[in-house]
Amino acid sequence: MSDETILKVRNLSVDFPIQKSVVHAVKDVSFDLKRGETLCVVGESGSGKSVTARAILQLVAKPGAITGGQILLDTSSGEVDIVKLGSRGLAIREVRGRRIAMIFQEPMTSLSPVHTIGHQIVETILLHEKVSKEEARKRAAALLGRVRIPEPEKALDRYSFEFSGGMRQRAMIAMALSCNPEILIADEPTTALDVTTQAEILSLIRELQRDRGMAVLFITHDMGVVAQIADRVMVMFRGQKVEEASVFDLFERPQQPYTRALLGSVLKLETPAPRPPRPAAEEPIAKIENLELHFPLNAGFMGRPTNYLKAIDGVSLTINQGETVGVVGESGSGKTTLGRTLLRVYDPTGGQVMYWPSNGEPVDIATLNKAGMKSLYGEVRMVFQDPHSSLNPRMTIYQTISEPLRTNTDMTERQMMDRVSELLSRVGLPPDIGDRYPHAFSGGQRQRISIARAVAVRPRLIIADEPTSALDVSLRHQVLDLMRDLQNEYGLSYLFISHDISVIRYFCDRVAVMKNGKIVEVGDVVQICENPQHAYTQNLIGAVPRPDPRLRADAPQ
Amino acid sequence: MSAPIDTAGEAALLDQQVHAGSLVAASQWALIWHKFSRHRLAMVALVVVVLIYLVAAFAEFLAPYDPGKFDPRYTFAPPQQIHLFLTDEDGTRFAPHVLGYKSQVDPKSFRRLFQPDPDKVIPIGFFVEGQPYKFWGIWEANRHFLGPTDKADPFFLIGGDRLGRDLLSRTIHGTRISMSIGLVGVTFSLIIGLILGGISGYRGGLVDRVIQRVIEFIRSVPTIPLWLGLAAAMPKDWPPLQVYFAILIILSLIGWTEIARVVRGRFLSLRREDFVIAARLDGVSEFRLIMRHMMPSLYSHIIAAITLAIPNMILAETALSFLGLGLQPPIVSWGVLLQDAQNLRAITQAPWQFVPGVCVVVAVLALNFLGDGVRDAADPYAK
Repeated sequence: MSDETILKVRNLSVDFPIQKSVVHAVKDVSFDLKRGETLCVVGESGSGKSVTARAILQLVAKPGAITGGQILLDTSSGEVDIVKLGSRGLAIREVRGRRIAMIFQEPMTSLSPVHTIGHQIVETILLHEKVSKEEARKRAAALLGRVRIPEPEKALDRYSFEFSGGMRQRAMIAMALSCNPEILIADEPTTALDVTTQAEILSLIRELQRDRGMAVLFITHDMGVVAQIADRVMVMFRGQKVEEASVFDLFERPQQPYTRALLGSVLKLETPAPRPPRPAAEEPIAKIENLELHFPLNAGFMGRPTNYLKAIDGVSLTINQGETVGVVGESGSGKTTLGRTLLRVYDPTGGQVMYWPSNGEPVDIATLNKAGMKSLYGEVRMVFQDPHSSLNPRMTIYQTISEPLRTNTDMTERQMMDRVSELLSRVGLPPDIGDRYPHAFSGGQRQRISIARAVAVRPRLIIADEPTSALDVSLRHQVLDLMRDLQNEYGLSYLFISHDISVIRYFCDRVAVMKNGKIVEVGDVVQICENPQHAYTQNLIGAVPRPDPRLRADAPQ
Repeated sequence: MSAPIDTAGEAALLDQQVHAGSLVAASQWALIWHKFSRHRLAMVALVVVVLIYLVAAFAEFLAPYDPGKFDPRYTFAPPQQIHLFLTDEDGTRFAPHVLGYKSQVDPKSFRRLFQPDPDKVIPIGFFVEGQPYKFWGIWEANRHFLGPTDKADPFFLIGGDRLGRDLLSRTIHGTRISMSIGLVGVTFSLIIGLILGGISGYRGGLVDRVIQRVIEFIRSVPTIPLWLGLAAAMPKDWPPLQVYFAILIILSLIGWTEIARVVRGRFLSLRREDFVIAARLDGVSEFRLIMRHMMPSLYSHIIAAITLAIPNMILAETALSFLGLGLQPPIVSWGVLLQDAQNLRAITQAPWQFVPGVCVVVAVLALNFLGDGVRDAADPYAK
């Protein structure tokens, strides 16, 4: 790493005018990027980190505009101020792609689905350099090989939708590298990817950066990723720079209160939460046996399908009373489908789900009739992943929370109003917000409302489907702690579905690891996290970026 | 897996906006209005549409004459100009008036030629007494919004037709029929479309497929011949009112398909929404699920579909009546009035007979712009 600075950002400000007011998305931010280093910009939603990155390439979306500052790029002929180049014209196009390249969060939307991968890379090369078509194609193939896409010659003639998410991101990186840029801006390039794929992409970026001496500006919200990849870190909060330090200094000696709070909430999730003693006698509340959900993929001969999509393929799992069982898996593993099948959003095609109601004999949910299910809806509840879509935007908070009370109890309107205010204060919201609509609340507040709705009827089992993954990290443990408190209070059992190992470790007693519709390993959460037995689990746990830079291979002793 | 939303500011913005203003407890209608009111063209269209419907509602009062009143002395009388000031021996003073006609018959073509006659001053005024009428068929009245102070005087603001009837009065009365045919016709279409589209979208499966094929079949039949066929099947001796309703039914039997499609599409996408699944898991009954949780998301889309369907109805009625197969005189609609503008003579001698056509264009455009605005504002929660 040299000390030569390639990019200087000075007092950068970006404003978004909204109707009558102006939002300062980026306020007076200055930083330097040196050749061959990785600078991570980290922050929560709305911190202005993405806007900062886009401003460097003059890609701020309208009506936003750069209102002040300089972005000085070091070139052979002295420094060039990118702010002065404007967002159109030859000069900025010379910078984009050739000097500075960018990769985005969603590789699917940044690649054209109607052109082959090869066509798009060749196009980029031809645009910036005077080479023949054959030469460009040769270079494109070499690039694909470089980002470790198997059979690069063949991959050139395939379309983006034929690739998996990780492969697409590799293709994006290949395209970004096609003109040997000096700076690579990566805007949350791994957020949409599974953790094992994320680990591969991160090591690829790191390796390419070392080989080529590129400077990398890496935007992320994930402290684990920061610890893995950064040389230096810049923390942003509400459009302002909070702190800038080397990665080791930042994790060991954070200077600012905000950084400390951010790291605190990340590290809190690194250790299991204090949990109540589990009941000695393990009485099952639900027992899943050989559950199957197969979707026919073809109509088949005489209406008998021959090929099935096995979304759930023989899953067996027991949930005991007062216990929290986690289900972890990557996207497409069938974990969300499992949760929904338990409540018969989808009808299972085989197997049993025995459930022990509060009074009476165990019932098999998998074959229960409509009336039987109706009586269960009050006891088994669900919390959804996305609090923006699971609350009806056209109903007030009171209407939403009182809905399960209305259908499962015979409370009067008066009683329901009291109960709703009580629930709202229980989940940490003001009790008098019942007449507001969901759009008045932030993501974390909405998730609290969803939880209030779930516990309104005193349930016994809650199926929580990624309840924290749409939330910022500082909100995650708050929501989890709330769920934990409610568990103590009501004696709840949870089936907790998540892709995030740290959340599972923090919150669950036992955990089941799912892959391709099957459970590959079940065990105590500490055992699974510390000493996984199955190869897939080992791979999964190993790929999780830990928020501790000292675990890095290149960490100073 | 989903990342925290990171279009910088956007979430924060909404929060700010919401907390700053009164939108905290704003219902969906308040939000829709908030969004709609920023669509300028749609706002103008809204005003125009409201005006047109006001004209339709108060047609008897606004029209100077009864639409059937004829006077052979004034066949194809040209439009009169309103003069605000009168100059005579007493000087110039404010006295709104029009001028009467000097007419003579051209001996060659037997055409009646009109000249304004400066000697025949016809004072006009607001709220004048004129021909008696029954307002909405209930109250006896004889006041007219605008007219000559002496009801025996000729008053043709936009000219007269081939029987010497006042075109303005006829157009105003035509507004009522033409605009109401749109509204009532769409109501019928809406009922059919809502039921069939709703069943199609909610039930799915075989029912859905059958209904969709029927819709495709209806839409594939060329509309004009289909109307013609249906209209021709109507007995000729039906009274005008019965014909009016028959035309309505014919138009809505064809017009429901569009609304059914919109409703079905919304139901299909709503069925998979998290908040609908969540309501189902609350144990909500199917009826309540549809009425309480799904329908409110549909209202605004339905209103948009209606607004966009009304102009189609108006155009259909106009086309049918123009061809002489829709409404029949003495019922007055814009289409019926345009029948008079079918021949060459009308174009050369009395171009003002196209005024009802202009009304059709204005009404249809206004409704379309309004519909566009409503459609854009219909889902205030869309990103």
